[in-house]
Amino acid sequence: MNTRRDFLQTSGVGFGWLAFQALAQAEAGAPLAVKQPHFNATAKRVIFLCMRGAPSHVDTFDYKPKLTAADGKDGRAPGTKLHGSQWKFTPQGNSGLPISELFPHLSKRADDLCLINSMHTELPAHAQSFLKLHTGNSQFVRPSLGAWALYGLGTVNENLPGFVTIAPPSLFGGAQNYGSAFLPAIYQGTRIGVDARPIANAQVRNIAPPVGSIAQRKEIEFVQALNREKLQRDLVNPEVEGAIESFELAFKMQSEMPKVMDLSEETKQTLDAYGIGEGNATDDFGRKCLLARRMVEAGVRFVEVTHSDWDHHFKISKDLPATCEAVDQPIAALLADLQSRDMLKDTLVVWSGEFGRTPHGQGADGRDHNSKGFTAWMAGGGVKGGMRYGSTDELGYEAVEDKMHTHDLHATILHLLGLDHERLTYRYAGRDFRLTDVKGSVAKKIIA
Amino acid sequence: MKIRPFLLLSVLLASAPAQDAGLQQKLEEGFTTFDQDHDSALSAAEFNALGEYSPKLKGKPQVVDYLFHTLDANRDGKLSHDEYMNIVAISGGAKPAPDKPAIIETQSTAEQIAFFEKKIRPVLAEKCYKCHAEASEKIKGGFVLDTREGIRRGGDSGPGVVPGDLVKSLVIESLHYTNKDMQMPPEKNGGKLPDSVIADFEQWVRMGAPDPREGKASMVKSEWDTENAKNHWAYQPVKQAVVPAVKDSAWPRNDIDRFVLAGLEAKGIKPVGDAQPEALLRRVSFDLTGLPPTPQQVDFFLANHDPQAFERIVDALLKSPRFGERWGRHWLDVARYAESTGKDVNCLLPHAWRYRDYVIESFNKDKPFNEFIREQIAGDLMQAKDSRDRALKQIATGFLAIGSRSLNERSPKQYALDTADEQIDAMSQAVLGLTVACARCHDHKFDPIPQNDYYALAGIFLSTETLYGTAPNFQNLKASTLIELPTDCCLPRMPLMLIPERRAEVEKDLTKAERYGMVQFYATAAKGMLTGKGFDINNDPQKLVMFVGINAKIGECKTELASYDSEGRQKLLAMGVRDYPSTPSSGPPTKPKSVEEAFQIFAGRPAQFSAINDSPLFARGDVEKPGARVQRGFVSVIASKAPSIPSRESGRRELADWLVADTNPLTARVFANRVWHWLFGRGIVSTVDNFGTMGQPPTNPALLDHLALRLQSGGWSMKSLIKEIVMSHAYQLAATHDAKNFEADPENTLVWRMTPRRLDAECIRDAMLAVSGGLNIEAPVGSAVAQQGDGAIGGYPIKSLRAPLSDEPFLTASSDYRSVYLPVPRNAVPDALTVFDFAEPSAVNGSREVTTVPSQALYLLNNDFVAKQAKRFADKVRPLPENQRAAAAFKLAFARAPTASEDKAAQRFFADYPRLDNDVLTSFCRALLGSAEFRSID
Repeated sequence: MNTRRDFLQTSGVGFGWLAFQALAQAEAGAPLAVKQPHFNATAKRVIFLCMRGAPSHVDTFDYKPKLTAADGKDGRAPGTKLHGSQWKFTPQGNSGLPISELFPHLSKRADDLCLINSMHTELPAHAQSFLKLHTGNSQFVRPSLGAWALYGLGTVNENLPGFVTIAPPSLFGGAQNYGSAFLPAIYQGTRIGVDARPIANAQVRNIAPPVGSIAQRKEIEFVQALNREKLQRDLVNPEVEGAIESFELAFKMQSEMPKVMDLSEETKQTLDAYGIGEGNATDDFGRKCLLARRMVEAGVRFVEVTHSDWDHHFKISKDLPATCEAVDQPIAALLADLQSRDMLKDTLVVWSGEFGRTPHGQGADGRDHNSKGFTAWMAGGGVKGGMRYGSTDELGYEAVEDKMHTHDLHATILHLLGLDHERLTYRYAGRDFRLTDVKGSVAKKIIA
Repeated sequence: MKIRPFLLLSVLLASAPAQDAGLQQKLEEGFTTFDQDHDSALSAAEFNALGEYSPKLKGKPQVVDYLFHTLDANRDGKLSHDEYMNIVAISGGAKPAPDKPAIIETQSTAEQIAFFEKKIRPVLAEKCYKCHAEASEKIKGGFVLDTREGIRRGGDSGPGVVPGDLVKSLVIESLHYTNKDMQMPPEKNGGKLPDSVIADFEQWVRMGAPDPREGKASMVKSEWDTENAKNHWAYQPVKQAVVPAVKDSAWPRNDIDRFVLAGLEAKGIKPVGDAQPEALLRRVSFDLTGLPPTPQQVDFFLANHDPQAFERIVDALLKSPRFGERWGRHWLDVARYAESTGKDVNCLLPHAWRYRDYVIESFNKDKPFNEFIREQIAGDLMQAKDSRDRALKQIATGFLAIGSRSLNERSPKQYALDTADEQIDAMSQAVLGLTVACARCHDHKFDPIPQNDYYALAGIFLSTETLYGTAPNFQNLKASTLIELPTDCCLPRMPLMLIPERRAEVEKDLTKAERYGMVQFYATAAKGMLTGKGFDINNDPQKLVMFVGINAKIGECKTELASYDSEGRQKLLAMGVRDYPSTPSSGPPTKPKSVEEAFQIFAGRPAQFSAINDSPLFARGDVEKPGARVQRGFVSVIASKAPSIPSRESGRRELADWLVADTNPLTARVFANRVWHWLFGRGIVSTVDNFGTMGQPPTNPALLDHLALRLQSGGWSMKSLIKEIVMSHAYQLAATHDAKNFEADPENTLVWRMTPRRLDAECIRDAMLAVSGGLNIEAPVGSAVAQQGDGAIGGYPIKSLRAPLSDEPFLTASSDYRSVYLPVPRNAVPDALTVFDFAEPSAVNGSREVTTVPSQALYLLNNDFVAKQAKRFADKVRPLPENQRAAAAFKLAFARAPTASEDKAAQRFFADYPRLDNDVLTSFCRALLGSAEFRSID
């Protein structure tokens, strides 16, 4: 027969841990533990392809034959002339989605894409709209979309950060765009690289140990011995318990993170598919997309990948094709790769800039900012493929049908993740905050 | 790749004796061991007994209780074997929770609906709809329950009904009448319902709250009784309470102790014993100077451990210049101090550091707190005794200029109002603990602050010119000038020079840009004349980008030239505010004669906000909807009479006087409470920045008023107040856990012990430098931001329109100076600070978060700065004989000797460590720096 003392010595501690963990789950105190969504989710994770600088929608995914026909006529802003797209649109896939010839690879995946042609936002100013796209607010510091998703759902692999942002810009709000604001710090995005530099050698901060792994393990064991001593002295001290846990998590993260970031495990075939290779125009963004796939595969909840070169005020005839070339093949490869791993069905891929560009020209060879109409697209994650949702007017100036504000985009993304944007709240300074504030509605028509 | 979903759990288990595989069996053992009456179930008492045997649950009856009720699925008051084993599932352990949504709208059965219709709906309709339905005349508590959506969403207090969860369902709680603030239905509507009806409601919630009532519940505005809120405790005058008599009269050392002990005795709590001298010395040293005690101080105090010695140490710490660096940083948190504008363009503020130094000096000189506040609001309007004093008082107003701002704001009117709003927000939260800015668009929802009050204050700040500098660039349309300090003010100057070659270059660039601008300007203007539109940069979007570029170039050249004196030295510049003239100056030109003037029209401050004037009340905060003007004034709920503001002044002087008037009930309370918070880790009012009705009430109101009055009667001396608190017995208590006290007061709100605290980011970093011997105790002139000069992070530095200014040097900023001197650009705060929860510098922060996350462990294990300090630390103890090194290192790091078992762990570490490629002593020292004890004070 067991005595109580035996129990204390053998399972008492284990029971306590379990009990606490249970409580943490119940009160969401284990901040990264997997949480149940509000309702059935079609998407379990998100890859957000962020196209900073505002891609010209009328040259890429918003086919405007009337604009082409009206080329050279007066634009809506005084002194401007309409510029029809210089690039051809042809129907693609079974669905016949019209996609610009600037995206030959992605065109082959047309039946996966749900083009949202009716995006709009408030201001044609990069910084404000970029913040709005990420946090729903340009006036105040608010948590990022990725932080909300992580807060709502937790993560299935605590050896990795639950929200990773690859090559974010340091301007236009900088870290605010992947920050957790008033949400606990554990939900903030972990940054890898920065927009201006190649991703090839980027690493997470403080991830490389200064000593060998055996030495470091000894070091950690000694730290933990000291910590346990302290805990024993203090009897109750959650801060020390947390410190003990954090060291073990960190140790695992530091061995897992470099593995996830190591592309050498990939076959040549895969690398080629993404266009990775020295000197390739697609090398950098290919690496970013492949990283994103490796991350979601390893269980990261939300991955954002930024391409920062879409602000084509001048020389659009030369620069836009270059930018499209850099991202086209990698994105198409990403979709194919996810599908071949049977992950496209529950991975939501979102492509969007902070706004679009004017149908009229700026100077002889450029387009100006336009926040009243632009295009985003989604693929996978329970979204209908081969669909055009909403539209701009016949020239592409303004969203007119099934208008989709960035708040609505947020509501829809959360919805696909099984989260009700009105119920995903956090109490701070005496009131409940949410990503969409008092706005946002779910675009139900695009859900498969 | 293997995904381990419940890693945390496996880590926990790994550190416990019970391994994964044997867990089920161990749990079984627990069940049989504690099932005393062998009825194959655990009663609450048996479960409690089990809980007592778990170190994690011991002394936490409410936790055990909660668990018991969670596990007891059928609510029969005991845990069957299966229910008990569910601990694994609900812990997210071995058995992951099934992949199904938590609150899915499950198809309710016909029986369930019938139950609702028969038992629930009639009661709701009869007892509740009068006050809680869409059609109600006055909806109470912002809560409607006549739709499913409404009852689930709930009102001001939280969700009304959470399907399946009795505890979270506030409707159930209020029916039970257990919470005296929420008893429903109210007495006047028949009072508490019969138990059988309440049981029906519970059954209904347990079955998932089936509810067929479709329909949208509108978001309801709560009927908050702001009239009644005027009686809120914080708006009442500060009262001197009679010092209470206490039973244990030997315990108190001063009046603070009598108030504290009276609070404890009222709850039957006995304070724990005194802190060990080593712990006390470490505590007071970090609290007052942010640095650990030196081994010599430890020796001295251990040899002379008596109250006089302690007082001597306290006096020395308060006198040390390190005090201002520690306490000044507290105020910089409150003042949202930062060195860039944040938000959209994020321009550097290379002169912000003068305000930082002003704050540090003020604390070191023990400037009376009322003067300190007065100077920050209206220093420019005060008498000065000499040039230095003049300069400092001007620098103090930097408080109003260092806030975050949106330099890319297109609407000049909006920008003017946003600037005033930021100032109102910072001033009211920092000084009064009120969220006045909530009243910008409507009367404050919860506090008796009408929108009128907001615009009374807005008039004061709109009559004030804010000077923050920044260089124009493509994005920054809102650069301002700066304040030139008197040349004989004897304040330090950044050692930056404009060499003649550079000056010539900039002058040439300027001439070129101006000339080119003129050509373009006239070309466009001429065209405008022909079309009859005149010149407006908006007329020609084709050329807008070019004009922005020209304007930026001219602006940046002028800014650079204006920053240096004729000898090429950087001028003595500061951020701050001054009053606008009493009558509008000419304002921006109406007909531009150059690109620059065109931009002034486009982006400059409108004439209506460029003079002393009352502000209109803007309906719903909309700049396009100005209403009647509101006479400038203060927060009416605490302002006894309308102030008389001279028509030729902004009113900041009167505002400053009013803020620190002895009759103002908030200012002294808010600051005394903050001091308490910074010394005890928790304020008497725990919401240190919110004393309004949404804040927490004081746990010991008499003590709070006592401290506030001590502050006022002690000539507002900050050091005296701090000393009085630190000399109290309460401050010198041990941090020992006590199960019985913990049960009575788990949050330690009444101070039965010292709360163990995690050190602030600066203390952790400074302690590493101090322990390693690498700390440079001098105060540097300026900062890394000042060294960089004007520019925008992620944008373009002034020296060139091409190369972007990276945030990287700021994120990785390092130096051997104290951490308070590290650069603080918004969105680019050094990692060494953010990793340990530095205050977000865009908001008033009287209290920092404390998180424990893996990125901290990674920093401590792998960061270069930490490695460098570990190496220095190791080199410091290396000369000692081998058997003395560990003890010496412990003394430096923890101000104490190692215990026997720590000594053993150290020996084991030295024996097992793979020495081949690594320095074992460096690893040892890094481990000490990484330990939980190093970053905590007990």
